[in-house]
Amino acid sequence: MSWWLVLWLSVGAYVFKVLGLVVLGGRQLPAVVNRCLALIPAALLAALIMKDTLTTGQELVLDARLVGVCVAAGATFRRLPLTAVLILGVGSTALVRAAVGLI
Amino acid sequence: MRDVVRASVVIGVASGIYAISFGVLSVSAGGSILQTCLLSLLVFTGASQFSAVSVISAGGSVASAVSGGLLLAARNGVYGLALSPSIKGSLAKRMLAAQFVIDETTAMSSAAPDQRAKDWAFWSCAVMLFTCWNLGTLIGALAGSSIDPETFGLDAAFPVVFVAMVAPHLSSRSGRRAAFIGAMVTVALTPILPIGLPILLSSVGVFVGLVSHDGDNAPDHSLEVGP
Repeated sequence: MSWWLVLWLSVGAYVFKVLGLVVLGGRQLPAVVNRCLALIPAALLAALIMKDTLTTGQELVLDARLVGVCVAAGATFRRLPLTAVLILGVGSTALVRAAVGLI
Repeated sequence: MRDVVRASVVIGVASGIYAISFGVLSVSAGGSILQTCLLSLLVFTGASQFSAVSVISAGGSVASAVSGGLLLAARNGVYGLALSPSIKGSLAKRMLAAQFVIDETTAMSSAAPDQRAKDWAFWSCAVMLFTCWNLGTLIGALAGSSIDPETFGLDAAFPVVFVAMVAPHLSSRSGRRAAFIGAMVTVALTPILPIGLPILLSSVGVFVGLVSHDGDNAPDHSLEVGP
């Protein structure tokens, strides 16, 4: 693996973080922008759930992860603690994968 | 505060376990143990690390690995903007905090009710995540390909934790709308755009959705300025 990869990713990732938090952040922003920013976590977390559940690279795939995430959603809806959500989600993914492997 | 710290511990442990699979993947893509650990210490944003290493592993160029990784990292800039009102202090402290501005710390901090809780949420999550993420990476790098993370369903650890983290944001109608747009944009654009771009564009969808919505309901707007 090239050291350039390590260097550019490290520098680039930190530049984005500093740009948002320190350089642009702290300025007075219009109210509508602030309302949008408050919604960013909801939008990006939902987007990441889709990416991590339904995609591999650029392809859309349906596999055991979808079952795990649905189980986790159910557990979250039932207000189970985060530990339980995690164990149920990861565990059911592993179980379904093992079961599919047996067929 | 105890709830916040407890959640941070669980999130930390979950990503620590997930980090093991990053360590394994990075070493099997030809990275040395030092390079693998430096990626987790310095880049410290999981999705970018995974994406870059998997591009290299598939035989891609450094340029395509870096650009995909940075497209995914760009959302941390948006997170930084969202967090900036609640992270106060000296320039040095904010420069340090910047390294920890990622999905989990943003979700924890933005869900906290007041300034004190936000501080606790951000820093406890940051410390736990940073420690566990790097420890997990080291373990994975040392273990190499002797373990297969997918057998244990560990590839589902991130989306599963994100499901629990997005839940508090869905209590408002605008939150649900934002989440819906984000999810749909990602699914629709993933097959046609380079890795990372759909995630970034999902946040643009929020701006478009909200701004048009505000226009539709202009008369209602006055209600929000009330006492």
